[in-house]
Amino acid sequence: MLKRRRDPAAVNSRLIRRPIQRMFWLFLLPMTGAFCIGFVYPFLKGLFLSFCKFKTTSKWTWVGLANYGKAFADESFRYSFGYTAIFAIVSLIIINVLAFAVAYALTQGIKGTNVFRTVFFMPNLIGGIVLGYIWSMIFDGILSHYGTSILLNTKIGFWGLIILMCWQQIGYMMIIYIAGLQAVPEDMLEAAKIDGANKWQTLWKVTIPNVMPSITICMFLTLTNGFKLFDQNLALTGGQPYIINPDGTTVHTTEMLALNIYNTFYGQNANARGTAQAKAVLFFILVAAIGLIQLSATRKKEVQQ
Amino acid sequence: MKKLIALFLALVLALGLMACASSANTETTTQPAETTAPAEETKTEEAAPAEEATEEAAPAAAGSVYWLNFKPESDETLQKVAAMYTEKTGVPVTVVTAASGTYNETLTAEMDKSKMPTLFVVGNQAAISTWGDYCYDLTGTPIANELTTDAYNLYDEDGKLCSIGYCYECYGIIVNKKLLSEAGYDIADIKNFEALKTAAEDIHARAAELGFDAFTSSSMSSDSSWRFTGHMANLEYYYESVDDPAAWESCPATITGKYMQNYKNLWDLYINNSATNPADLAAGGFDAQAEFAEGKAVFYSQGNWEWSALQEKGMNADDLTMIPYYCGVDGEEKAGLNCGTENCWAVNAEASEEDIQATLDFMYWMVTDADASRLLVDSFGVMPYKQAVESTNPFLKIANEYTEEGNYVMPWVTNFQPNVDAYREALVAAMNQYDADQTDANWELVKTAFVDGWAVQYQAANG
Repeated sequence: MLKRRRDPAAVNSRLIRRPIQRMFWLFLLPMTGAFCIGFVYPFLKGLFLSFCKFKTTSKWTWVGLANYGKAFADESFRYSFGYTAIFAIVSLIIINVLAFAVAYALTQGIKGTNVFRTVFFMPNLIGGIVLGYIWSMIFDGILSHYGTSILLNTKIGFWGLIILMCWQQIGYMMIIYIAGLQAVPEDMLEAAKIDGANKWQTLWKVTIPNVMPSITICMFLTLTNGFKLFDQNLALTGGQPYIINPDGTTVHTTEMLALNIYNTFYGQNANARGTAQAKAVLFFILVAAIGLIQLSATRKKEVQQ
Repeated sequence: MKKLIALFLALVLALGLMACASSANTETTTQPAETTAPAEETKTEEAAPAEEATEEAAPAAAGSVYWLNFKPESDETLQKVAAMYTEKTGVPVTVVTAASGTYNETLTAEMDKSKMPTLFVVGNQAAISTWGDYCYDLTGTPIANELTTDAYNLYDEDGKLCSIGYCYECYGIIVNKKLLSEAGYDIADIKNFEALKTAAEDIHARAAELGFDAFTSSSMSSDSSWRFTGHMANLEYYYESVDDPAAWESCPATITGKYMQNYKNLWDLYINNSATNPADLAAGGFDAQAEFAEGKAVFYSQGNWEWSALQEKGMNADDLTMIPYYCGVDGEEKAGLNCGTENCWAVNAEASEEDIQATLDFMYWMVTDADASRLLVDSFGVMPYKQAVESTNPFLKIANEYTEEGNYVMPWVTNFQPNVDAYREALVAAMNQYDADQTDANWELVKTAFVDGWAVQYQAANG
């Protein structure tokens, strides 16, 4: 009998649970505080500043929607939007296909699987700026033999950035896919085998539907990463080469949205800072919307086990 | 129960917000001891308590000085000078140095803090239009009265004295006279573009035999491109301004590009008479300073601040000289070096009275105290103040010799460049295309970026 009695000092006992339940806000506070300081406050302030003219964030004058007007009228912003969209889609497809292929290969029990996984994952541990400079050296080392440079050719700039992103991200996505592939129920695969499905059919009809959750998350990550790309873009091409229009305006042919915002904020006169802020808000809405649409679209394809 | 939880969550969120707001408030009212400056920072506040120094010189005010420095190479000296001042007067002086090429970003961030810089650098017209509101009017202050020249001062449209030069510099083409005579030329004969071209092309042709080339590499990466898009471009602006001085009293809305051919003359000479393949210049990664110091080239487009580095690398002042940008303009035999500055002190008008006073006192001390000005002049080259010690920089001496011989100084008209970063980047992009493929069509791009780009950026900055 005694043994069955509840221990009043146990972690799940009422005596301890009650005060925790009552004071749960205290436990939430540090995280919420950090969230506010690190996200909510800067976000709201940024939103507010997009309606202002300012040089430093503490001194502003209200200008209403003027900044948004300027942002939409800016040709370079529209160009970089299109460029970013193409980049995001191309990188999304290539990264996911390759990452899945690598993950699939590395779950087939070949020798040295762990070594390969580590090697593929490693590039993800290097910072974007460093990667950008390293790859610009690699590309230029090769391209100088052909009398060109990554800074001189828009197409090379684009594919250079794609290669860089693939190199960096495939390993990361691979890890997610491997986890997904390992969770595919053995009995399903066995059943397919017994039913006479070949490898290709098993892959398409059994494996892929079962790793749909991984595909959702990987697509979400690559898509938003593609849209948000900044460091690598800055370090690899910095927006070069430019098209010099006859009227003296320029189009930065490899400049993506985030870099465009940065260049508007710092590269130009301080009058443009509000415009840059407005661009940043538009950028947020865009990335959030695209991310959510993509999430809901792929979610529907997920199967419940 | 769920409603209750939701209510709690909302409350907690509100609490968090309040916490943010109140912490922001305290930040503005108190002076936190530690700022989280991104750059290297050394504090001297703790070095000497105020009481100790009262006998020597009572601190004029209770304020403190925060200097956001622009020249990374001078950081060490400035820290020393700051410590000297604190020891002497008890006034805390903080010197923070922005990493190379990030001054604008650092200044923007620091200006938002409660402990904002009291002394900062506003070095050109573009910076005046950004930071002019923050500049304390220096007219009639003791430091301004110490100046020997008005040439390096910057005014805003209303005539407010926004910033004053604290050192000036000169640039041109540094020449290794020893190598030049080895190649059979005398520097005294190079007085115009024709002579420079003859010598450079001959040296380049015989590079293998001589063991050195004419020009160092003209890398277009961001650590070097300013030598050409900033410095060398000055020749074009300068000669334009000579033709039409009225238009160039302040930043002109458009430029004519009349001397683009001269700019091209010199640029072609630079890139085609060097050991580096012009097509490789875009990628950069060359070290022109090392090439010059190792005696691999005779000509090196740079400024007087290179002296300390060249000296450290074992170069001898007697072997070196600096010549003007000879580019084929009529009468250029009488040209001098490009003298000017982007190093202008501005005092933060938003700072407290005490801090402004402390900063002005500190500035005055720097240019009048013999020990301090010795240190500073050795680092900066020269300071245009009555009581500052004399310069030991050989290139500045050469600049003065040119003037004494009656040659014209080419002031830094390049400081007018509107939206300077964006303008220069476009120019770099155009020049990269030209370097890789030197056709007239590609030079047209450079011209467009140079001339029409000016108008575009002027509009963007002032429109």
